[in-house]
Amino acid sequence: MKIVVDFDLCASTGGCARICPEVFEVRTDGYLYVLEENPGEELRDKVIEAAENCPTGAITIED
Amino acid sequence: MNHVIVVGSSLAGLRASETLRVGGYAGRITMINAETFAPYDRPPLSKRFLSDNWDDERIALRKGDDLQSLNIEFKNGVEATSLHTDTKKVALSNGEQLTYDGLIIATGCRVRALPGQPTADNLVMLRTLKDAHQLRGQLVPNAKVVVIGAGFIGLEVASTAKNLGCEVTVLEGLPAPLIRGLGAQMGSAFAEFHRGKGVNVRCGVKVEGFVEDAGRVTAVVVNGENVDADVVVVGVGVTPNTEWLEGSGLALDNGIVCDAYLNVGVKDVFAAGDVVRWPNAAVGETGAPELMRIEHWTNAVEQGVAAANNLLASSSGNAMTPFESVPFFWSDQFDKRIQFMGRSHADDEVEIITGSMEEGKLIAAYGHGGRLCGVLGLSMPKPVMLSKAILASKPSFADGISQLRALLA
Ligand SMILES: Cc1cc2nc3c(=O)[nH]c(=O)nc-3n(C[C@H](O)[C@H](O)[C@H](O)COP(=O)(O)OP(=O)(O)OC[C@H]3O[C@@H](n4cnc5c(N)ncnc54)[C@H](O)[C@@H]3O)c2cc1C
Ligand code: SF4
Repeated sequence: MKIVVDFDLCASTGGCARICPEVFEVRTDGYLYVLEENPGEELRDKVIEAAENCPTGAITIED
Repeated sequence: MNHVIVVGSSLAGLRASETLRVGGYAGRITMINAETFAPYDRPPLSKRFLSDNWDDERIALRKGDDLQSLNIEFKNGVEATSLHTDTKKVALSNGEQLTYDGLIIATGCRVRALPGQPTADNLVMLRTLKDAHQLRGQLVPNAKVVVIGAGFIGLEVASTAKNLGCEVTVLEGLPAPLIRGLGAQMGSAFAEFHRGKGVNVRCGVKVEGFVEDAGRVTAVVVNGENVDADVVVVGVGVTPNTEWLEGSGLALDNGIVCDAYLNVGVKDVFAAGDVVRWPNAAVGETGAPELMRIEHWTNAVEQGVAAANNLLASSSGNAMTPFESVPFFWSDQFDKRIQFMGRSHADDEVEIITGSMEEGKLIAAYGHGGRLCGVLGLSMPKPVMLSKAILASKPSFADGISQLRALLA
């Protein structure tokens, strides 16, 4: 599973980080960081949930 | 500049402090926090915090150690009570008087109360984490929940409560929900959507009073009839927290009236977030920016950043940058995500570009005075975000529609 965030769309809401903190984090510079671009399968459901909940549709999951 | 005071420790205030640090400011920062919690995020309060029993930590805006690294002195549970710009002092509710070199005001809004509204445990005005805790335990299966006001937050609570098995009634004075945010046509469509999910949406009704028994509200009186309630949620709009600034000389008129730089009219004093009213060059005719106050998340962030950067510029004698922004918000209603980019008005022309309410997905263009003024999306986030550039160029309605069609092609 590969995670791609479109940073032109992302508004750093931290919505994804709240659902899947293992992968996403918003830091004090106001930017979203993807901590793990290729997370393990055990996180798939959480990552899908984070992507579906992103208010800007910035997260895509490739394969 | 050696001491910056930020009044209000929520989204706009925190982003302002963070921006000062990113901009290299190493002096003292004091944040005045009327609440007792560390800065947290409000949008989950009407959504997952209620439905999924999230703990407080989960909605913190920053992790504890990240917050520590900013080296901010927080005054928790303390309110600013007055501002004296001649002596550069802020008076606090704990009796202290602090002197600032730079000041950022981010005191946001609170929920407006209805005339004659009683105080009771089962009547909630949802704005803070404390309010959300008050509400959460009461949203139990079969509880009769009466939501007064069909704005976004009211309808989010209605969706969440319905999902939790409550019996939900929404009372709205206007002919349709969401009129202020989405106009009458789409507002009516959302009334039908909520009714389809089993929410009793009653529009055009006037709340005349409350029935109380033993310190609890047992019914809301509308049009002479009692609507029974186990829990009442009041969501009839918000009012800016500016009372503490009365007598300070700042211009107060539905918010703090600022200039294009978010400056309040006094050197090195800026404002940010829901409390700000300013001329937004991204909205209105070219050369005649609309004086507006925005009550949405991304605006609070962007203004926090802009106010801090302009404070850094003005205090060091550099040029400031005017702040302009195409308004944007999102809202979750049941399994649907609403997004709106731009500004709507009650009498806008609305043209659906693709999809429909029935399909559960749509993009609609809003036109005002012959121009494209807004883009609504239902569960189609990407096109709405991309429409920002189109809206910023202020095209005619027809031209805007063709650009949106091209975007979707
Ligand atoms: C339940 C809920 C759901 C929301 N959902 C969404 C959403 O889905 N999408 C969206 O775009 N927006 C949403 N919003 C709006 C968004 O949260 C606000 O726009 C944002 O919080 C504004 O931030 P702010 O910092 O300007 O003000 P606020 O968050 O209002 O914070 C102001 C702070 O200042 C404090 N304060 C006030 N007076 C004083 C004083 N005199 N001294 C010290 N402190 C003071 C207040 O107590 C408060 O803590 C929602 C809001 C709520 C309440
Ligand atoms: S939820 Fe979306 S917009 Fe928010 S931080 Fe994550 S990717 Fe960015």
